[in-house]
Parts: sequence; C-alpha cells; structure tokens
Amino acid sequence: MSQQEEDFEVNLTGEEGQSEESKTRWFKRIKKGIQTSTAEKKEVPEGLWTKCPQCKYTCTMLELRENLFVCPQCNYHHRIESSEYFDILFDNKQYTLLFDNIVSKDFLGFTDLKPYHKRLEEVWKKTDLKDSIRFATGNVGGSGLVVGVMDFEFIGGSLGSVMGEKIARAVDYCLQHHLPLLIVSKSGGARMMESAFSLMQMAKTIGKLTQLADAKIPYISLMTDPTFGGVTASFAMMGDLNIAEPGALIGFAGPRVIKETIRKELPEGFQRSEFLLEHGFLDYIVDRKTLKERIAQSLMLFAH
Amino acid sequence: MATKDNRQFLEFEKPIKELYDQIAQLQHMAEKNPKVDYQASLQQLESQIQEKRKEITAHLTSWQRVQLSRHPERPYTSAYLKRMTTNFVELHGDRNVRDDKAMIGGFALLEGETVMFIGHQKGINTKMRQLRNFGMSNPEGYRKALRLMKLAEKFNKPVVTLIDTPGAYPGPEAEERGQGEAIARNIFEMMKLKVPVICVIIGEGASGGALGIGVGDRVFMMENTWYTVISPENCSSILWRSWDQKEKAAEELKLTSSDMSRFGLVDGIIPEPFGGAHWDYDQAAATLKTQLVQTIRELKRLTPEERIEQRISKFSQMGFYDELPA
Repeated sequence: MSQQEEDFEVNLTGEEGQSEESKTRWFKRIKKGIQTSTAEKKEVPEGLWTKCPQCKYTCTMLELRENLFVCPQCNYHHRIESSEYFDILFDNKQYTLLFDNIVSKDFLGFTDLKPYHKRLEEVWKKTDLKDSIRFATGNVGGSGLVVGVMDFEFIGGSLGSVMGEKIARAVDYCLQHHLPLLIVSKSGGARMMESAFSLMQMAKTIGKLTQLADAKIPYISLMTDPTFGGVTASFAMMGDLNIAEPGALIGFAGPRVIKETIRKELPEGFQRSEFLLEHGFLDYIVDRKTLKERIAQSLMLFAH
Repeated sequence: MATKDNRQFLEFEKPIKELYDQIAQLQHMAEKNPKVDYQASLQQLESQIQEKRKEITAHLTSWQRVQLSRHPERPYTSAYLKRMTTNFVELHGDRNVRDDKAMIGGFALLEGETVMFIGHQKGINTKMRQLRNFGMSNPEGYRKALRLMKLAEKFNKPVVTLIDTPGAYPGPEAEERGQGEAIARNIFEMMKLKVPVICVIIGEGASGGALGIGVGDRVFMMENTWYTVISPENCSSILWRSWDQKEKAAEELKLTSSDMSRFGLVDGIIPEPFGGAHWDYDQAAATLKTQLVQTIRELKRLTPEERIEQRISKFSQMGFYDELPA
C-alpha cells in the first residue's frame, strides 16, 4: 500500500496536489454532478474503464460501482463521497438531508497563498458540496438513524465551524427524535484557515457528545481513509463503537510529520485500520459491502 | 530566573541589552574610580530599562509575541507552582505505561486550600529539555492528567491546568498508544468534571496538545502567549509550502491573547510584568495567583451541574458560519 502514501496536508489547502488521490479521482469528476443523484449516475458511460491504484486491476466503472467502489480483485476501498455512503446505508436510498443551509464564512479574512473566501468560492464552483460534511436521516435496516459523512473533496474534509455546528445540531436532532448517530470520518484534520475557531470545534463537538452519552443514545464512529488530526483527536475516537474500513489510514499526526520527527521510515501497515485494531483503538473493521448490515446489527443490539 | 550577568536577549530585546551593557561599563568604571559617584547615572539607566521593557511589549508583532512565549528564560509550570503554592506533592504516572515527564501534576495548597495542579513542563537546560521532551506529551501524559483530574473530582478539589506545549508528541509510539484517543478522552472527561476547572495558557498553546488539558469553566491566557490550531511554522509549511512565512502565518492566525480574547475563545488575559514574564517571575506568579484564587471563589458559588452546563454551552457557541435561507 506504499503507493498510497500521501500528504493529506496538501489536501487541507484545498489544492489537488500530486497525490495518488488526485490520480485516482479522474473518473469521478469527468462529468459534473456525477455523484449527486442516483438517476444521473446511471448515465455514466458503461464503457469507461478504471484501474485499481493498489493492484492495477482494470474494470469498468459500472462494475466498480456495483461493487460499491471496492476493487473486485484486491478489496481496495476507493474513496467515495457522502452521497454514495447515503445510498449504501439508507433503505431504498431514501433519506432527508439535514442542516444543508449552513455554509462557511471567512470571518478572519485569512489569506495564505490565496484568500480563504476565494478557496471556498472555488470549491463551491467545482463541486456540488456546501461544506466538508453532510448530514441526512432515514431508515437503516428498518430503524431510524442520523448519518453524517465527510467529503474529502471539500478542503480535505477539514474540520471547521460548519462541521462543528452541523455535528452539534445533529446531536440535538438525535436527542429530540431519540435517534442514534453515525459519523463517517474522512478528513485531513482541522481547517487552518479558521485558526483557533477550528481548534475549538473539537471541544464543541465533544461537549455535545457528552449530552448524547448522558441520554444513552448510541453513537457509532466509522473512520475511513484518511482520518487525521483534530478529527481523530475529538469525536472520531469517541464513538460508543469505533469502527473503520479496511486499510484506512487513521492517526493523530500525519505520516510525513512523524517521519520528519524520527528521521526514519515507518513500518509497513503503520496507522492502517488493522494496526489500530491490533493496538486496541477499534472495535471492528468493516468491509463496505457488509457496512449496512453490520451497522444495522450493532444498532439492533443496542436497541434490544 | 536569570541573573543580570547571564541574561539571554531576543532580537527585539537588544535595546535593553545595550542598556545593561552600559550599566556593566559604569560599574566597571565605578570600581576603578571609587571617588566618582556613578549612582545617579546607574539609577537613570535602571529606569530606562524599565521604560524600554514597557515600550517593547506595547508594540509587538504576533510573531514577536510567539517568540516571547518561547523565551529561553520564560517561567514554566514548576516555576509558577513554586511561587504560588505551598506543600506541592508531585504525583507520577498514568498507572498504565509510564510517567510522562512532559506533563506534571499534583496537589498543593493555594491560599490554604488544596488544588490539583496539572501542567506541561519544559526543561530549563539542554539536558532537562530532552528529559521533558520539550513539553510535548505522549498519550500517557494526557492519561496521567486525566487520572489526576478524576482524583481531584473524587475529593472535591478544584483543578488548575497550566498549558505550555509546542504540540502533542508526533512519534510512532504516541500513535501506537493512541494520542488522538487520549486527547479526545480528556476533552470529554473535562467537559463533565464536577469540580471547578481553570485553564491558563502560560506559554505556547499549540493545538490538540494544548486542548487536551484545556477545557475549563474559565480559560485564561497570560499576556505574551499564543493559542491556536497549529504553530506558525507548521502553518507556513503547509499553506505556503515554505518555512519562510512564519511571521505572516502568525499574523493571519490571529493567535495572540488579545485576538483570542476579542473572539471570545478565551475568558480573559492575565497581565505580565513589563517586557514579559521572564523579567520578574515573582510578579508574574503573584498576578496569576490572584486571578486563580478569585476565579475559584467565583466558580464555587455555582453547583457542579451549573458549571458543567455553562462549560458545555460556552464551547458549543464557538464558531462562525452563514445560514442560507432554507
């Protein structure tokens, strides 16, 4: 999996970067809005081919999509977006989006190589996303669930005020409707352009989770590739169940930073889901193909 | 605290160094010419130093503020404890892996009352800096801190944390032992701690490493400190793709105590002696102590439930966003 090693900090800048991610992304954005609705997805030409970044297995987009974007040969889990997780999880792909009207704002007037508000405008133009997490509610295996899924495409799935506020509101929604919560993390960490405000989202989200815990409402945290920084060091690690997709990179410090600190190569499999399971930080690893089933099963066990 | 002879000066402190050099020269001349009275000139220079100290901290850039927070002579946690408290008993270990030397803690008397103090600890010389891992805790440091907070809660003692870290340690063992989980767990437990919790940034407040002991009923910053999501150097390297933009990054991050207080992300600023805390440890500690005693008294007027509710609600309100018409 070494070819997959990447610098997700680059993604936090909202740039494409030269990472493997951008190379594997070509099939996703060949047509704008390709992930937005099931109806549109079917229009993707079936003849389009895609190559697995891990085993180089080549198959059609249709085949890959039918396989939930998991390589039919080596089980590599491609990165997918919020709408795809919603389709996978919710019964009959039926769900209602929540809090979709909350958007980021350049309150600090933060400018690095370009102004933050310009970055936001660019990504709004390029994608159909409003921010780095989307929430929806619907039924999963017959019972209600609130699901939040991050979109890596939106400034590296970074944790900013909008993600914090949406999670806070999701907790209130869960409390009000007595529904369990699932958050699917996929993030390079905190959104630097929001400076200390992004840091405080760690406290904000966990503060709200204490209320969910007091109400004894289950919260499942699913970590996918990659989950880092302020997301790992806050709500992602605080699930009643912490689970992950196979082979996902999960950690606090990014591999590049750790390598620079110790000036040594990192061992094979370091910070992968299997490594975290081995060290006691995950309850189980779940294949995307059985994700819905396992989530429904776990929720059923909490409910009975 | 350094004596007059071995002081270290930052670049922008050089005017003060010049005045010290002049004093040294005068003293040298006074020794040579015992008949001449240099007293008046010396006094004048001393008061010029006072003025200079005042002047320098009045007009600092954000980056210079960061430099002051890292001044080699800056007081660290144990320097404050020594001056503010009596009967400090250091308590060691997380009861699991080892004792993290970058995080210290224990009970002590503050104005006759037992308080649990927890803080990052940096080393005062090269050897100690290594031992203290430059104030960068491993997961066991955060877990020790949590153990001590729970101990304080059990015996109904207030908790005071002193924050001074360039970040949680980014090493492979820290990852193996769950650095992210340790910080998240602390934030969770601190939100629900039944006793009063006061956090003070006394130096560097870098990101999750700071927040891991940074959730309190009141969060204060000493005047010449910084607190934000990333250090200016790392921010420069990621967003500007170069290490050379740290001054600019410091400005953009708005990480000083006055910025943070203006945004309502901290509850107040604790003034430092003119020129920074390193000029007068006693005065810095006395000001901090007064603030702590007063705040503990205030917080004790609330019930544990009220404190917890207000704590969660305070952090829940942090953030900026727009709401589009639905």
